Amino acid sequence: MATRKSTKKTNVSADELKLYYREMLLIRRFEEKAGQLYGMGVIGGFCHLYIGQEAVVVGLEANSKEGDKRITSYRDHGHMLACGMDPNGVMAELAGRFDGYSAGKGGSMHMFSEEKNFYGGNGIVAAQVPLGTGLAFADKYKGSDNVTFAYFGDGAANQGQVYEAFNMAALWNLPVIYVIENNQYAMGTSQQRSTSTRDIYTRGEAFGIPGEIVDGMDVLAVRDAGEKAIKHCRSGKGPYILEIKTYRYRGHSMSDPAKYRTREEVQKVREERDPIEHVRGLLLANKYATEDDLKAIDKEIKGIVNESAEFARNSPEPDPAELWTDIYAEATA
Amino acid sequence: MATEILMPALSPTMEEGTLAKWLVKEGDTVSSGDIMAEIETDKATMEFEAVDEGIIGKILIAEGSEGVKVNTAIAILIEEGESVDDVTPTAAVAAEPTSAPAPVAATAAPAAPQVDLTPDWPEGTAIKQQSVREALRDAMSEEMRRDENVYLMGEEVAEYQGAYKISQGLLDEFGAKRVIDTPITEHGFAGIAVGSAMAGLRPIVEFMTFNFAMQAIDQIINSAAKTRYMSGGQMGAPMVFRGPNGAAARVGAQHSQDYAAWYMQIPGLKVAMPYSASDAKGLLKTAIRDPNPVIFLENEMLYGHSFDMPEIDDYTVPFGKARIWREGTDVSIVSFGIGMQYALEAADKLAEDGISAEVIDLRTLRPMDTATIIKSVMKTNRCVTVEEGWPQGSVGSYISSVIMQEAFDYLDAPVINCTGKDVPMPYAANLEKLALVTTDEVIAAVKQVTYR
Repeated sequence: MATRKSTKKTNVSADELKLYYREMLLIRRFEEKAGQLYGMGVIGGFCHLYIGQEAVVVGLEANSKEGDKRITSYRDHGHMLACGMDPNGVMAELAGRFDGYSAGKGGSMHMFSEEKNFYGGNGIVAAQVPLGTGLAFADKYKGSDNVTFAYFGDGAANQGQVYEAFNMAALWNLPVIYVIENNQYAMGTSQQRSTSTRDIYTRGEAFGIPGEIVDGMDVLAVRDAGEKAIKHCRSGKGPYILEIKTYRYRGHSMSDPAKYRTREEVQKVREERDPIEHVRGLLLANKYATEDDLKAIDKEIKGIVNESAEFARNSPEPDPAELWTDIYAEATA
Repeated sequence: MATEILMPALSPTMEEGTLAKWLVKEGDTVSSGDIMAEIETDKATMEFEAVDEGIIGKILIAEGSEGVKVNTAIAILIEEGESVDDVTPTAAVAAEPTSAPAPVAATAAPAAPQVDLTPDWPEGTAIKQQSVREALRDAMSEEMRRDENVYLMGEEVAEYQGAYKISQGLLDEFGAKRVIDTPITEHGFAGIAVGSAMAGLRPIVEFMTFNFAMQAIDQIINSAAKTRYMSGGQMGAPMVFRGPNGAAARVGAQHSQDYAAWYMQIPGLKVAMPYSASDAKGLLKTAIRDPNPVIFLENEMLYGHSFDMPEIDDYTVPFGKARIWREGTDVSIVSFGIGMQYALEAADKLAEDGISAEVIDLRTLRPMDTATIIKSVMKTNRCVTVEEGWPQGSVGSYISSVIMQEAFDYLDAPVINCTGKDVPMPYAANLEKLALVTTDEVIAAVKQVTYR
């Protein structure tokens, strides 16, 4: 693959840039491994890979703080890794094993972490938008200065409940950042064929919600836009919209023949705009890292990912008794 | 190390496929993401991408091969300087679950089910008369005083004081932070409330009627009811969805539906449907404290009715405990919500004819106190159920099946379900009367099962 050389001067330290590189690479390699395990039948059902979109979550998490919340759709593996969830637990859940985040009962689309304030993992397109608005509602109610990232795609942006949530978030000044991950395709339908507005974030204007477009293939652009949005929300100014233009390399799910776009289109993005190659180029051009440094990171990541696959395969299936647990919480009153 | 490339599964159901075309040949170098082959499944032609880097050492399955089983080795990937003979077979992993199926629980009925017969309040307790409307309001205000995280959200609940005046006075006492008027967007505000519950609040969502909750039913079922299970018990939605349910008077087909049977079906939800004021209060307080999502089905026609209310501090009623309103020996009439009105009226009239009916109010439909029903049927050997909802897939049909499975030998007649008629609710006064269940129909059903 051609490396995109970048000599752009940046406002980023070597350590930060290396961290972003490492985190994006972890998602990329993790997803490739998930795809491989799917092909082998270890992972079943629906499996939506995040490859190509890594800069979005890594850039936004760069400025999050303890107590901030995040919620997304079913294309959720990257979000979980970026907020610090354990790759072993995520992979085990993908495999439907007991050591997974949901004891094997959630699967790829339904994972949660109370500890990391990750609220799923939602299988219903756009349902996470009101839910995320509700997470922000709770923070405001409790008087905390935490913010919520409510991620959704360009496809979800056409669901009515998004605008019901926009209205109430603006009306009640809720600290929620709506992150539209615009990867240009709602399953197989391109944005041009599904969406009347060219720039989706402009729909926020009707509700008085500010927003902007961000280059989602540039982790630094995402980080800087995120910093601004977070500051806006934390200071009590209400919701903010980031429309992040990104691209998914793989199909909508594993079983997507991808006849709605050409092979050349995908290849062109991979070669010219890949977010990981971009950071790699910056690291080398700014002499923040040597080829050997990067190789060492690659090796470390490969180890983590291979270990997660081993962990998942060695974890037992949930005990049959698990079928009947976690349906109700015990009433204590 | 040389590795085998296996025939991939490209969809949730794929077991075999056609290797339609190789896009690489032996000796080609591939890297992660390169498309190596086209594979046809029963649904589509899919591109098969490389995951690892290496050189295609040998192609084992020629293009055009049909019926290639998933996990068959189709090629060998080698590294620089290796030969295909260095291959170590990749362990194919069985996709089949290995756990043995759980044995089906024995369904034999216990000879005499254990039933909690404690009265709702002790004998000698001071009693006042109170309407269902006031009882519901008191339940909410008491619980809001008790727990800061409880808040009320809905259309017209605050400044208007409630479309049916259930939230009268709450805004004054608790302020706009905790008594929140929403725009008319059920789907959106139900979702916001569920999200806030996942983050630790205790919302009470008032639907102006449950008919409008159909706009929100995805958030109720897919988000509120399933999150605890999907998260392996990490988080859930402790909250109440409440409002009037069922027919009012002359409001037509879109405002008259009974949702008892709908919500009763959902694991993860609890469902309460009170008849009396004391149950309205006691069950609502229990619902607000419950750590699970509760559907609380009220009835507009009952809001103004007054009942005995015990003067007890912090009066609660447990879920899953039916109330026997009237003991009897000839037939068990099982109902809930406004259906109780017809059941009790029928029992009074039947007594005049010398028929002794036992009248059971289920109060909660999930959990359902089937033990009390079974125990009663073992005594009376006959059962009639009463509800306003439609007949197909009704609450009564579920009760019938439970009785059949657990007390078949005790039945002296088939169970009859008295329900609303199988039609959308008409507007015309005479037709509306015909569409609803009536006391006379309950009496006729009882006479039929008692062969009178």
